[in-house]
Amino acid sequence: MEIPYTIETRPDTGLYNAKLGIWLFLASEVMLFGGLFSAYVLLRVGAEHGMWPHGWLNVTLGTVNTLLLALSAITTLLAWAACKVRDFTKFKIFHACTILLALTFLGIKSYEYHDKLIHYEIKLNNGTFADGHMVEESKDFDLAKKTGTVTLHGRVVADEKELMDLRAPAAQSAKLDEVTVAATDIKSMGNYGPRHNTFTAIYFTLTGLHALHILGGTIVIFYFWAFGGAMWKTDPERFTNRIEVSGLFWHFVDLVWIFLFPVLYLT
Amino acid sequence: MSLKAFHLIFVTLLTALSFGCAAWAFQSGSVLWGATAVVAGIFVIVYGVYFLKKLKNVSYL
Repeated sequence: MEIPYTIETRPDTGLYNAKLGIWLFLASEVMLFGGLFSAYVLLRVGAEHGMWPHGWLNVTLGTVNTLLLALSAITTLLAWAACKVRDFTKFKIFHACTILLALTFLGIKSYEYHDKLIHYEIKLNNGTFADGHMVEESKDFDLAKKTGTVTLHGRVVADEKELMDLRAPAAQSAKLDEVTVAATDIKSMGNYGPRHNTFTAIYFTLTGLHALHILGGTIVIFYFWAFGGAMWKTDPERFTNRIEVSGLFWHFVDLVWIFLFPVLYLT
Repeated sequence: MSLKAFHLIFVTLLTALSFGCAAWAFQSGSVLWGATAVVAGIFVIVYGVYFLKKLKNVSYL
């Protein structure tokens, strides 16, 4: 039995089935990301004065990632256009570019996550805060037993609020050095992972969910790139429609990043 | 809505982002970043016009 409306449009919807399906799916995605963006707004406006972070993320890396996704949107469109004019070789080239751009994006995102996970804030018994990237822990370091030392590349501040705005002149001019802290002096210690504060929680949630979408889209595009030849030979029109549908998903994911970048990196 | 129409929305928002980044950079005192973002914004507009001409025979639906 042949599946209807895989190529021709349905008279009542004016769309072929897969396009209707992807738009219904994208509508649910808008609600998912919309809810999380709303959560971001509420967390931000509800934050105590001076306690919402600024300048914690690397704008250069965020900009590079924005460029990568913008280029991948163009290569996705060009791959579809190549299918439209029945040029499978160009389709392969453009979608290979899309896959490489997506993997580079994920590589940079992983580097940013790693940077946050090795960044520690240590509350000391004297009320000050040691903050910086982990250099080393002594072999006998055990926070529970209060043995050993930990060394960070960073600084010590009197007030936690000094760590919040890294674009402030005082933070910009602060001298970073190696700081060694004994376990006996540590009251509490934690990295800049999702549990650190509400900013890192929403940052990891939003960007993590977005990265999962990038990964999913990359797998689908790779599948069409690697195994699409068979359908291309038998039913190129239907294959072209599949490329359009995957392109719509990819554009949606890129569009989400266009909102994420200024909200998280620039504000 | 076809990929062409969605791409047009994407290009429009990318243009807005570029000029928004330029404003942010100028406000932060980074003239080089701001100028680069303005150039990027103009480039995106030029690309948008080129893309529309290239795909003028493809439907928006």
